[in-house]
Amino acid sequence: MSPTFISMQVLNGITFASLLFLLASGFTFIFGLMRIMNLAHGGFYLLGGYIGITVLVATGNFWLAILSAALGVAIFGVLIERFLLRFVRGKVLPEVLLTVGLSFIIADGCLAIFGGNPRTLPPPKFLAGTVEIGPVTYPWFRLFVVLMAVLIAIALWLLQERTRLGAIVRAGVDDAEMVAALGINIKQIFTMVFFLGAALAGLSGVAGSAVLALYPGVDAEILTYGLVVVIIGGLGSLPGAIVGSLFVGLVDTFGKALFPEISYFTVFAPMAIMLAVRPRGLFGRE
Amino acid sequence: MASWWKYGVIVLLLIAAALVPQGLPTFWISIATEVLIYGLLAMSVNFLGGYGGLVSLGHAGLFGISAYTVGYLVTRMGVNHYVAFLAGVLLTLAVGAIFGGVAIRATGIYFLMITYAEGMVVWGLAYRWAKVTGAENGIRGITRPELFTKGWQYYYVVLVIFVLTIYLMWRVLNSSFGLTLRGIRECEPRMAALGYNVQVHKFLGYMWSAFFAGIAGGLYAYYNRFVSPSTVQLSVSSESVLMMVLGGVGTFFGPLLGSLIIIVGRNMISLYTARWPIIMGTIFVLTVLLAPKGIIGTLSAWWEQRKKVSAGVVEIVEASARKEVGAEGEVRVGTESQS
Repeated sequence: MSPTFISMQVLNGITFASLLFLLASGFTFIFGLMRIMNLAHGGFYLLGGYIGITVLVATGNFWLAILSAALGVAIFGVLIERFLLRFVRGKVLPEVLLTVGLSFIIADGCLAIFGGNPRTLPPPKFLAGTVEIGPVTYPWFRLFVVLMAVLIAIALWLLQERTRLGAIVRAGVDDAEMVAALGINIKQIFTMVFFLGAALAGLSGVAGSAVLALYPGVDAEILTYGLVVVIIGGLGSLPGAIVGSLFVGLVDTFGKALFPEISYFTVFAPMAIMLAVRPRGLFGRE
Repeated sequence: MASWWKYGVIVLLLIAAALVPQGLPTFWISIATEVLIYGLLAMSVNFLGGYGGLVSLGHAGLFGISAYTVGYLVTRMGVNHYVAFLAGVLLTLAVGAIFGGVAIRATGIYFLMITYAEGMVVWGLAYRWAKVTGAENGIRGITRPELFTKGWQYYYVVLVIFVLTIYLMWRVLNSSFGLTLRGIRECEPRMAALGYNVQVHKFLGYMWSAFFAGIAGGLYAYYNRFVSPSTVQLSVSSESVLMMVLGGVGTFFGPLLGSLIIIVGRNMISLYTARWPIIMGTIFVLTVLLAPKGIIGTLSAWWEQRKKVSAGVVEIVEASARKEVGAEGEVRVGTESQS
């Protein structure tokens, strides 16, 4: 293993980790407050990617593409929360099964509209080039994804720890009924949390469609990584999502480079060990 | 009184199932075979999910390990069919021991999440471990045992193994082990307090379920004579959960009924449109929202309610005969049957 190989894989690993963080943070955020395991999150990612590509091709405006993907998926998520999930609120299995059903509808709908060929988002002009980092030449766009993930992580932390909404959410995680009894409209908070989580999934879809390719089936693949991230990091925890993404991103990237045939297995083994040693994950709560 | 007609229905169903190849064209014999195979897979999911409270979204992985083992041994190694089938089930049990050991560390929703990931691990191997699995091309040219090469002959093989397997499943569910499993589903802390080793029971429950799923997978390899990553993909796991939910979680024959509806539905609808996943997803959503107990669950709840009401009516009649009914006909029984 040459130093170039190692630094290249480390950079790729961090980029993949950033992507996973964007996905997993939304998933874990929704779970943290609402206790809903949203298996349609991969579908949200797919939808975000396709919206991003469509808007970029139509308008040529990169920022508009990002914004419309995040907003479009967020609105879609809120509709699902308001008109479907609310009817099975608090029933664990029906909630999950509902999102499983939705994930098929979303994925097949995307296949019908956008076709089955892999699509990639062309990077905008100001991010098109490459940069020399030590021995490796690395695309600017990938570094942009890392920067985006770092900014989102800081923003999410500030939101949780420093705002009124964050305080309500933290209180709601502990005891949603008590929060409602204090006169706070917890249903509205649920909707806002779902909005934000879905927006993050849409955002990760745009980033993912530029870094990886977008095709039917990628939703289940990326969601698997997202699940492993939150199992290792601990469900509902923001620091858990950060550490879990970094770990899974790096291990998977090196695993794919060294043992390409047994991908997934390289991240499955640490997950199994984590569950054996500490079932709630690194930062999860009982 | 309740049981004799149940046995009657089962005997009638068996006769109908045995007559399937006599009257129906090849296409339908093939669908009937598929109904039994996926029905068995859905029943294995139900064994764990409906009776043990541990719903798995990764059973396509177990199913696929068995199917791939059979395919690999028969086509690449020229192994005897019966040995290959046995090896498929055994390897499923071996991998199931690892998967189950990991998954039972968690409960409820976490269990679902871990089994999802485990199913995807098998899919990932099927897709990328080209030397063994043939990657996207899969494994072609799996032959059937000599006596059972024709579709209708193989249908009878599947039917016999299916009946024997679900008889075993029935016996296990009604053994003390099965009752303990149900106890754990209802109230885990209580069973632990009563001195049952909850983890061991869950693990054994998982192993039984893996055993049934492995048999279904082996049958599938010979049925389809071709295995590929789509044999083990996520939608196979989800469909088997859907069959269980549609038929009725925790009802013995519910998943088989679900399989009948889904397999026939898919084959019919696929003639007209390629949008089956959308339709499947919609059935999923509608079942969860409108009939969470599934078809058999809803029917038997309605039946119980009817029995209660008619029992109530009998009591009212008897009470009025004893002139115990109040002036406005208020009877306590009536309010009780509503609750």
